Amino acid sequence: MNTEPDPQPTVSEATNQPVVKIFGVGNAGVELLELFSRTEFAGADFVAINTDAASLANSNATVKVHLETRLMRGLGTGGDPERGRALAEEHFSTLKSACAGANVVLIVAGLGGGAGSGIAPVLAKAVKDCGALTLAFVTLPFTCEGNRRQNQAQLGLEQLKAVADGVVCLSNQKAFKLIDENTSVLETFRITGSLLSESVCGVWRLLTRPGLIQIHFDDLCSLLRNRHSESAFAFVEAAGPARSRETVEKLLAHPLLDEGRALGEADALLISIMGGKDLTMAEINRVMEQISRHCEKAEVIMGAAIDPGMKNRLSITLIAARNFSEKMAAPEKPESEEAPANRMTGTRATQRSITPASSGSSADRDIFGGRHGSRPGRRPASKMLQTQLPLAIISKGRFDKSEPTIYKGEDLDVPTYIRRGVPLN
Amino acid sequence: MFDDSNIIVGLEIGTSKVCAVVGEQGVDGALNIIGVGQARSRGVRKGEIVDTAQAEEDVRNAIVEAEQMADAEIRSVFLGVTGGHIRGFNNRGVHPVVSADREISEDDVQDVIKNAKAINLPTENNVIHAVRQHFIVDGQDGVTNPVGMLGSRLEVDVHVVHGHTNRLQNAIRLVKGLQLQVEEIVSNGLATSLALLTNEQKELGALVIDIGAGTTDYVVYVGGVIKHTGVLAVGGDHVSNDLAYGLKVPLSRAEKLKLEHGSALVEDSIKGQTVTLTNELGLPLKTINIEHLRQIMSLRLEEIFQLIAQDLEHAGLYAYLRAGVFLTGGGARAPGLAKLAEPILQMPVSYGKTSSVSGLKSALDQPEFSTAIGLAKFGSFKARKNGGKSSLAHGLKSTITSFLRRS
Repeated sequence: MNTEPDPQPTVSEATNQPVVKIFGVGNAGVELLELFSRTEFAGADFVAINTDAASLANSNATVKVHLETRLMRGLGTGGDPERGRALAEEHFSTLKSACAGANVVLIVAGLGGGAGSGIAPVLAKAVKDCGALTLAFVTLPFTCEGNRRQNQAQLGLEQLKAVADGVVCLSNQKAFKLIDENTSVLETFRITGSLLSESVCGVWRLLTRPGLIQIHFDDLCSLLRNRHSESAFAFVEAAGPARSRETVEKLLAHPLLDEGRALGEADALLISIMGGKDLTMAEINRVMEQISRHCEKAEVIMGAAIDPGMKNRLSITLIAARNFSEKMAAPEKPESEEAPANRMTGTRATQRSITPASSGSSADRDIFGGRHGSRPGRRPASKMLQTQLPLAIISKGRFDKSEPTIYKGEDLDVPTYIRRGVPLN
Repeated sequence: MFDDSNIIVGLEIGTSKVCAVVGEQGVDGALNIIGVGQARSRGVRKGEIVDTAQAEEDVRNAIVEAEQMADAEIRSVFLGVTGGHIRGFNNRGVHPVVSADREISEDDVQDVIKNAKAINLPTENNVIHAVRQHFIVDGQDGVTNPVGMLGSRLEVDVHVVHGHTNRLQNAIRLVKGLQLQVEEIVSNGLATSLALLTNEQKELGALVIDIGAGTTDYVVYVGGVIKHTGVLAVGGDHVSNDLAYGLKVPLSRAEKLKLEHGSALVEDSIKGQTVTLTNELGLPLKTINIEHLRQIMSLRLEEIFQLIAQDLEHAGLYAYLRAGVFLTGGGARAPGLAKLAEPILQMPVSYGKTSSVSGLKSALDQPEFSTAIGLAKFGSFKARKNGGKSSLAHGLKSTITSFLRRS
């Protein structure tokens, strides 16, 4: 991380813009990539990397990298980050060539599954070897997705933090604050996706729009370095004469910032203000004054830029980061046992819907110990991934009436071969 | 108790059998097994009593058989306890040495051990053992006897085994109801390891896995002391139950199939082999595929080892087990179990042999008896310790207890 790569040689002289490539890794990453509006990101290269051919087929990315070995039989990583990792290391040169020529690489991935958690760290390493800067935008799974996915996500995050220059991490769980009882699962995933894409967009603008008060990419990286575990971001926009007051109000009421509390707890802030040609210095001043009143301790990096397209409007992108501490991470710990079943089914259903590659009826998968939906594999799950759904009543014979032996969420009284889905015949 | 008799009895109320082992302590302190009594257990599931009346009858039968065989009267027992509620962890106690010359006295040692035993447990839990590991004098690790050493800060590591008080009491009450005194309760895993391991093996580092019918108990020794204990409430009963479910046969039949055709390994040679079950008239009822039977069994046993391996890995003890793994308990009779366990645990795996105990050859060689023998051995250690001291302390203790009882 100490080796400072020289980003200059390939910067295109005409626009003085760095070459940016945006990588979507894994099923979730590829899906998220689709959410990014092409017009907004004009000039960026989109690269989709996945182990699942079907997911890639539906992607509009300019470059598609399909990682595959015969071992996988076209079934993806099967939710196992070790496989993703091994696969990515095997294709390290492919990854390297994919990011060749870039100055800045943004990696978008959903951690918790096999591909995202496994490949993203290796990709970050490949980017580093190419001499480009990396910034990763990742989502952590909903707590109801089970603790195995949580653990995998945490592990992937650790690995990613070790190699990437910066990691912006959004816990999907936070999206619960944005939704109400009636929000459909599809909608929920769209919300988390758009939150992530907003932050990518914010960074993209930082890098590409001419800045009045310039924020360098280095600033961004130094801000996020060592603080990525608890970063929160928000994007707000307002128009009209009272826009500066309105944006700050919106910001302070933003659910992802815990109604502004995250600002007080943050020890580093990056604020990017963007407006049309009519943006006044007084407005910038007013915004900054109000925000800094909420975060006196924090180190603040501010930037302002003009976008001619933003007539009469003012937008603020804010990234708040704080140092990692066990205490703060504690509430993120999974509590899957308590998670109500309907929430769980909901999540699973969406995962299926955003990964159209999956096939097979949902019932047969669920019997075999809740195998994850995005994988139409026949391989027996090495461990149960999610708590069992009570779809098939499995008699526990002589242990029916005794206290169940629960070990890490698994009922050990149920025959092992059933939990592992080993077929007998 | 020890004054009038040198008989020491280990009683294990297991899931498949109740077993009482009678040992006689010679003048040199060596234990000699002189009697074994056992009865099929019907009131126990997963190592815990679920039917008191039946369990009581079974214990009575086992005790009577042991008394007859040993030709002795059993008055008190060392009772083995197990069950999924039993947990073990390591704790450290600290004590500053305050004497002017900074010499560590016997009192300091007692104090530090007392401190180490003061553990914050839920109120419904009780400490079964607090086994001393090593003393640490001013940060110097690995001191076995600090008395007489100089130092300002004395610490001790203990391994604490604790369990649910009420569930432990169930077994104790049952035995007391038979007019037998319970000298002490001992966790089964610890007892088994006492019976199997030599001092040298404890020093090298060893893992003892006792696969019983209801539970699998395991104990890790490193550097001569207990470092880790665990109980999985999974055992041979689960294998039978899996077979009954998977092969669609009654439980008793599954049990029989397990004993006759079971193995921990799925060999190529048995592929496609079948066995036909017949009814009492000799007519064929059902054909069982041996390969399925082995597969079900193998997966279950494999899982037990995997869970233990995960636990050890978590505790970071893998690198210290140089003497390897010792299997015992009725489950260890499954053919090829060591072969199955070796790749999972990545250590040499062998079957435990009851060592340093003399007596009935037929009892010593059976893996099923190792826990009960270990209980008797635990008792003999205790007796030796207490026997060395004057009987005054003992007399005093009994006076106090009887006084308390009266009040």
